Amino acid sequence: MEALITKGVTKRYSEHTALSDINITIPEKSIYGLLGPNGAGKTTLIRIINQIINSDEGEIKIFGEHLQPKHVEMIGYLPEERGLYKKMKVGDQLLYLAQLKGLSRKDALARIKYWLEKFEIKDWWSKKVEDLSKGMAQKIQFISTVLHEPKLIILDEPFSGFDPVNAQLITENILELKEKGSTIIFSTHRMETVESLCDHIALINKSKKILEGPKKQVKEQYRSSTFIVEHKGNHLNLGSGKYELSSQKPIEGDLFSSLIKITDGSKGNELIRMLVDQTEIHSFQEKLPTMADIFIGLIKGEGDEALKKHLQEV
Amino acid sequence: MSKVWLIIKREYLNRVQKKSFLLTTILVPLIIPTIMAVLVYVMIKEAESAKADTVHIVDESGKFVFENTSKFNFINLNVPIQQAKEAYKITNDFALLHIPQFNIQKPEGFFIYTKENPSIEKVAALESILEERIRDLKLEAYKIDKETLKNLRTDISFKQINISDTGEEKASNSGILYGLGFLLGILIYIFVLVYGIQIMQGVIDEKTSKIVEVIVSSVKPFQLMLGKIIGIAAVGVTQFTIWILVVTFLSSGVLAYFGLKMPQKQMMEQVQKKVAVNEEVKAEMEQQNSKVAEFMNNFSDVPFAKIALVFLFYFLGGYLMYGALFAAVGSSVDSMQESQQFQFPITLPLLIGYLGLFMFVLRDPHGTVSFWLSIIPFTSPVAMVGRIAFDVPWYELALSMSLLIGGFILTTWIAGRIYRVGILMTGTKINWKVMVKYFMMGK
Repeated sequence: MEALITKGVTKRYSEHTALSDINITIPEKSIYGLLGPNGAGKTTLIRIINQIINSDEGEIKIFGEHLQPKHVEMIGYLPEERGLYKKMKVGDQLLYLAQLKGLSRKDALARIKYWLEKFEIKDWWSKKVEDLSKGMAQKIQFISTVLHEPKLIILDEPFSGFDPVNAQLITENILELKEKGSTIIFSTHRMETVESLCDHIALINKSKKILEGPKKQVKEQYRSSTFIVEHKGNHLNLGSGKYELSSQKPIEGDLFSSLIKITDGSKGNELIRMLVDQTEIHSFQEKLPTMADIFIGLIKGEGDEALKKHLQEV
Repeated sequence: MSKVWLIIKREYLNRVQKKSFLLTTILVPLIIPTIMAVLVYVMIKEAESAKADTVHIVDESGKFVFENTSKFNFINLNVPIQQAKEAYKITNDFALLHIPQFNIQKPEGFFIYTKENPSIEKVAALESILEERIRDLKLEAYKIDKETLKNLRTDISFKQINISDTGEEKASNSGILYGLGFLLGILIYIFVLVYGIQIMQGVIDEKTSKIVEVIVSSVKPFQLMLGKIIGIAAVGVTQFTIWILVVTFLSSGVLAYFGLKMPQKQMMEQVQKKVAVNEEVKAEMEQQNSKVAEFMNNFSDVPFAKIALVFLFYFLGGYLMYGALFAAVGSSVDSMQESQQFQFPITLPLLIGYLGLFMFVLRDPHGTVSFWLSIIPFTSPVAMVGRIAFDVPWYELALSMSLLIGGFILTTWIAGRIYRVGILMTGTKINWKVMVKYFMMGK
């Protein structure tokens, strides 16, 4: 079953369209990266899913049901702009937020205890948020997001403001939550996050979805059959037509790195076979586009041709 | 609904548990009895310890005979004024009075010499002594005796009775009603303003601390707004109730300490005891005392229970109506400073109601302007509460109350639409046009 499906979701403001005909499908138990530059409409989409604002058109299904007010209890949301009540104690605050998500007082208390112990911050219970450091407050905010064990967790730029240690802690916990069966939506423009964590992605630009799919598939879609070969000697005889030497640069001594593009669609093995007779191969690797490459290419050019061109340039 | 309850509970407890709440709740009512106690104490002390001032007299006319009073000791000097001045300079006495020869028809040329600027009150007291003597001289000149003059003096004071439709007669006292109307009107005005600004502050805090987006992902923005408004209303009612209890308790405590049932009556008795007064003043005071007694009688006739209930209704109604507007403003702005340009316009109708209370309602409680001020929901919380003591017909009250309920539903609806858009908007330069835009977007 799909965790979330949006069909034709559109949101217009008086001067501009924030979202235009957005169709996305988020598989259950996936980590779904919602990518796009600032102002593309990611936050608008997330707010619509959270029922903070209404869409003008379109429908949303969450775990097979039409999105309704009761579903807020299934969702945990960490907004990009973090905030807690400054004058409230950590424990009271978590209790309040958990109860607003429909947890009973008793359950909430038990789970707060579990999380504070897990993060080794049990003695923070009666500290006021204004006395916490930014990183400490972020931990509390993360706990408040997942306290009610939401089936769908939406994290908007979750790592901004975290130091590497805390970022690692949060990453581990996100993966753990996924193991336990939660579906996670990341909204981000930090490509290393996408690269290491997401298994599905969608790219939104200028209010429209321009790309969606499993990360692996997206990368394959934009592979350019280019291989990076490290070898001895700078002379390679690639024959005519079938292979193309895009670039070559020395590494050290007489070790060179060559970028070779296969133009007729044949496999890399054939290339290796040919090269083995000519030179001593130190490494052989297909050059797959990084998410950053795809992202920048698509945003810049807005079109597959432009992207492919961009990918060859990098 | 249970979520609104959670919000109300948080807003309420969060404020009630603050030290500042405890402090204002206890200190404010202490101020009134403290001032009362200090005043009574000072008055009694002053009456006890008042020392007569010494006044030197140079009476060249020979028309005056000065007798010592409780306030002044007179020393008659039969010396030229220059010499008297020299003598006065080396004393610490209060004043030197120089009365030259004068024409009784046109008394002028009197001088008072003092070492420091004398109080107006003391100068006036001396002047009145001279005036009285000159009046007596004039009476003699016109051949009118004092008794005749005394009999000419008249003093009329109506006993006020309201005859209602049923023919029932009730004593009324405009003075009490005026005072009560004034007090209640100003209380409503202050309450709506103070607690309205608290709502606004709360909304701005949530917006600037960014917690609001987390909250509205769990509850509807309208629920959050409503919970906040109701929670703060509960704080207001709590504070008000404590104030009434504390003021009543402390005031009676203070009065009991001074051994008085009624403050005015007691004070007068004290003053009478301490100060030698002539018969005329005594008679006047007794008359005053009977007026106090009458006042107290009328006071007990005022339907306090009814007034208290009406007051509570208009307090809550007015608060809810304006509270929603304050919430809308709070949601649109980014800081308290930015909100100031809106504070005055939204409370303007309330201010009009307040001014109308003085200019129309209390002077002419059943006039046309008073009627409309107490019917229109934006001014009725102040105007009707000021007017209620003057026997408002029940159908006018019912109309005014229904319109107030309608009014607050309307403002809450408008505010709700602005609020749900405004709380998520930061960094926008806000003006009325933008707020109208938020309203249009908030459907």
